[in-house]
Formats: sequence, structure tokens, C-alpha cells
Amino acid sequence: MKTVRIGAGLGFYGDSWQPVKASIERGGVQYIASDHLSELTLAILQKDRQKDPSAGYARDGVPMLAELWPLAAKHGVKLILNAGGLNPQGAREAIAKVFRAKGWRARIATVTGDSVLERIDELRTAGEPMAHMDSGADIAGVRDRMLFANAYLGAQPIAEALAKGADIVLTGRVADAALTLGPLAHEFGWRWDDWDRLAAGLTLGHLLECSGQGSGGNFGSAGEWARIPDYAHLGYPIAEVSTDGRAVLSKAPGTGGRVSFDTVRQQLLYEVHDPHAYFSPDVVLDMGTLKFDDEGGDRVRVCGASGAPRPPTLKVVAGYHDGWMGTGMIGFAWPEAYAKCAKSAEVIQTLVRERGWKVEDSNIEYIGYDSLLGANADPAYRDQLNECFLRMTIRTQDKAVAEAFGRLFPWLGLSGPPYVGTMKAIQPAKELLGIWPTLVARERVESKVSIELERAG
Amino acid sequence: MKVGLWRIAHARSGDKADRADIGLFAYDAETYAVLKREVTRERLAAHFAGMGIGAVELWPLDNILALKIVLNAALQGGAARSLRMDNLGKNVAAQLLRMEIEAPAGLPRLR
Repeated sequence: MKTVRIGAGLGFYGDSWQPVKASIERGGVQYIASDHLSELTLAILQKDRQKDPSAGYARDGVPMLAELWPLAAKHGVKLILNAGGLNPQGAREAIAKVFRAKGWRARIATVTGDSVLERIDELRTAGEPMAHMDSGADIAGVRDRMLFANAYLGAQPIAEALAKGADIVLTGRVADAALTLGPLAHEFGWRWDDWDRLAAGLTLGHLLECSGQGSGGNFGSAGEWARIPDYAHLGYPIAEVSTDGRAVLSKAPGTGGRVSFDTVRQQLLYEVHDPHAYFSPDVVLDMGTLKFDDEGGDRVRVCGASGAPRPPTLKVVAGYHDGWMGTGMIGFAWPEAYAKCAKSAEVIQTLVRERGWKVEDSNIEYIGYDSLLGANADPAYRDQLNECFLRMTIRTQDKAVAEAFGRLFPWLGLSGPPYVGTMKAIQPAKELLGIWPTLVARERVESKVSIELERAG
Repeated sequence: MKVGLWRIAHARSGDKADRADIGLFAYDAETYAVLKREVTRERLAAHFAGMGIGAVELWPLDNILALKIVLNAALQGGAARSLRMDNLGKNVAAQLLRMEIEAPAGLPRLR
């Protein structure tokens, strides 16, 4: 029976592609599905695009392809990347330039049409309320501050691009798992209403979309994490899929990490809401019928996905300007490390008040005590710390206040409590973005999707 | 006896807009039955009260011995707006593992 092997590419913008080499060289993969875009990434890319209109794509796609393409070409591996971000054409141009310089040939497809920023008014006039998915709030309140708005496209344009003969498919915003479901649907000719098979493909895409998290990385546990072998050479997960959607998850031989019932199910539920209705543009998955069979030797069989018909809407995630963050930090050693941080926080609060700065919200955290555990930090440790760093942040509409806030801190070094150590005391103001998830009738987006195939090199 | 979840279970958390979500996993079926009984929406709401969260949602998944937990309005409006060090909610799972529940002595995978 025909099988298709797909390997995980990156799991976020800035992830390492070194493990992808092992999947291509020794993992027998035919496709790499590389996810460069988290919800937060579009906010980062938007800031790039504001500075330079030719930017706005995930820049790591360029050096990644520059390093992987010779290997991929040799092994006949195709790559699917959402590194196009907010500017898939810009990404293609940057990649084509490298290919020309190196004298490499490849057929690169770009999928566009996910951006609806410039169509918000048109869509609203056409009867799309674009209200906030969770709160129901009216988009009018943030409309003028919108910086990006992108629909999650599904796997169909990816499958089409492959059918046209693409070696590399570059997309903007698509559902992360579509990067895997696309090539599966293309290879097996799955019908777009074969819900159980599409659900199987969605499951596998979801298990691959976070790179090392599907193969023992970030294994959330006490103690067990220390038994994950060879983090330095952790292999990314690989799915070997049959035409009926059944699959075996594994990783390249000789790599570190672990593919087991435990590591795979942790990834299955990652960033999932209702597990009985996991929405994607192509199908709605019920995870309650999945079966995992751990064969040992870093092999886990996956089957039993059930799918329900795809939704009539696509999810759009938009981002709007929502003020500025100012950050200040200062650290202290024993004795009374925490108390000295708390005293410093008090001093800073007094200074902010005296200056009459308009601050909407503020946060005080103690690095080494509660900056990651919050209110669930154990107070028994508080007064026993060897050292502690104060981190204070404010949200303000005034960029100048956000800039000035961090500059209050260095002064404490000579005029505050003793035994001080600074850590990035002055940080530039950071633009804050509110995220606006909403739904739009799919045909209004899909009618604008286009696939261009170009020969690079 | 009182047992910290970290001694009997594993967990990972992530974010979607303003929601933090957690997968909590038992290593074995016996422990799963205990988690299902003890880790309730009410107890979760109390455990995370200090974060200032909204409604808690909870789904048991017998096929993978897991509880899916969603904390709404938990991330100060979302990662790109949050003032927190842990803006992505990656450590919400660690916070959960600090929860103590009533459990029988001698669970198979008790650390």
C-alpha cells in the first residue's frame, strides 16, 4: 500500500532547521511542512512591514531554503512553508534571488489571498459583521487601529499548487496543519468531503506543526523531562501515512528526543479548545475517537480520527494597535533580595505618580520568585532567595512615557538599596497589539485566493 | 492523602488569543480516574483565581487518559498585549502541577 512520509519543518519563526536535515537525509521524507507563523508572529511581521514595505515575511525561510535546498533536491523532497507571512510575494522574490545567485532551479508556488485588511469595509458592507468571536464586540471600536487581518486558509490551495508541479509552496496565513494535510490530500487524492480522512490528516498536521514539541521537546513534567535523550540532536517528528489516513509517527534514526504515547498526546492537546470540535478550514476533528499505539523504539501508531463537515466560515485573526509597553528591570543579591526588589518597586511607583504619567495598567514581577508561576509561586521561598530581579511593566497610550519608564531604573543603582545587578535596565518601548479573532463566510475569502507558479533560477 | 499533581501527572499549556489552555495527562488509567474525579472546574477556578481568569472549561478524554482545560480571559488580552513575563502562558501548566488533590495511597506512578 502506498505511503507518504512528511517531516516537520520549523515550529515557529526563529526555530532551528538543523533537525530537518536529519529528516531529509535519514528520515526518508518526501515533504517538509514548515510552520513559521504563530498568532504572535503576524504582529512581529507587521512591525517589519511598517518599517519596510518589501518586508513582512518570515525572514528565516530564506537562509533555511538556502541551506536545505541542495539536500532536498538530491532526495526529491518538496517543501511547504507559510514563511510568506504578510508578504508571500516578497518572500518569493527574496528566495528566487538566492536561487538565481546559486544557479539552482525550482518551481516555487505562492498562495495569496489570505489578507483581508484592505477588504474590511467591503466585507462589512457585504454583511460580514466581523464581530469579536469571543466577546461579540463590534469591530468599529478598533477598525481605525487595525494593522493586519488574515484569514486561515485551508489545505486545498496547497494541494493545487503541488498538482501544478511546485517544488516549494510558499503561503501566507494558512491553518498550521494544512501544511501537512495539503500534500496528503494531493498524494492520495482524498476528496474534500471525505471527513474522516481529512480529520486524520488534520491530526497528523497538528502533531507535526510544533516541530520538537511532537518528539519530546518541552515535555511538561516533573522529572520525566530529564529522561528525554540527547536534546542537542533532538529529531523533529515524521509521519508515515497510508491512504486510509492511518499513520506511524517516528523521527529520523540516530536523533535525540522521544516519540512515545506520552510525548505525542501532549502535543495532540496543545493549543486546542474543545477537543471534540477542533476546527480547521477543511474539517472539524473529534479527538475523542483517536487511538495511539506506542510500539516502542520511537514509533507510535495513530488511527481513529473522526471528522465532521468543514465550517461555512473561515477564522480571521486581526491585530490592532493597543498602546505601548514600558519595561524596567533591576536585580539584587542576598541579603533581603526580595525585600529590596519590593522596595524598589515602591520607589518607582512613587516616581511615576509624581510625574503624573498616564498609565493604564502595570505589572510587578520578581524574576527568581514569581515571574513565571504568578500567584501560584510558593511564598515559603520568598525571603530565602539568593538573588532576585524586579521586572516592572506598564501599558500606556503615550510612547514617550513608555520610553521614559525604563530610564527611571538605573538611578536606583547608586541611590537605592544595596548589592545591585542590572539586566537590560533600559528597554525600548514596545508596541502592544490587541488580537481580534473573527469569522468570515469562506467564499468571500476563497474567491480571492490565487496560486502563482514561477520557475526560479 | 494530599498529592501534588506534579507527582502523578504531566501537563503542557499554550495560548490562543486571550485563552490559556492546558492538557493534563495521567501516566496510567488508575491515576486518570482520580484526576477525573478531583480536578473539577470549581477547583481549577480557585487554583487560578490569582491570575484573574474568566470561565473555566473542562473536557475529559478517556481515550488518552487526559483532561483538556481551558482558562478564558487569562492572558491580559493575549500574548501581544500582555505585560507579563510569561505572555504566552507556557507556565500555566507548571502552575497547575502545583495543585494538590486528594488521592489514594500507592498510585502506580507516584513520584
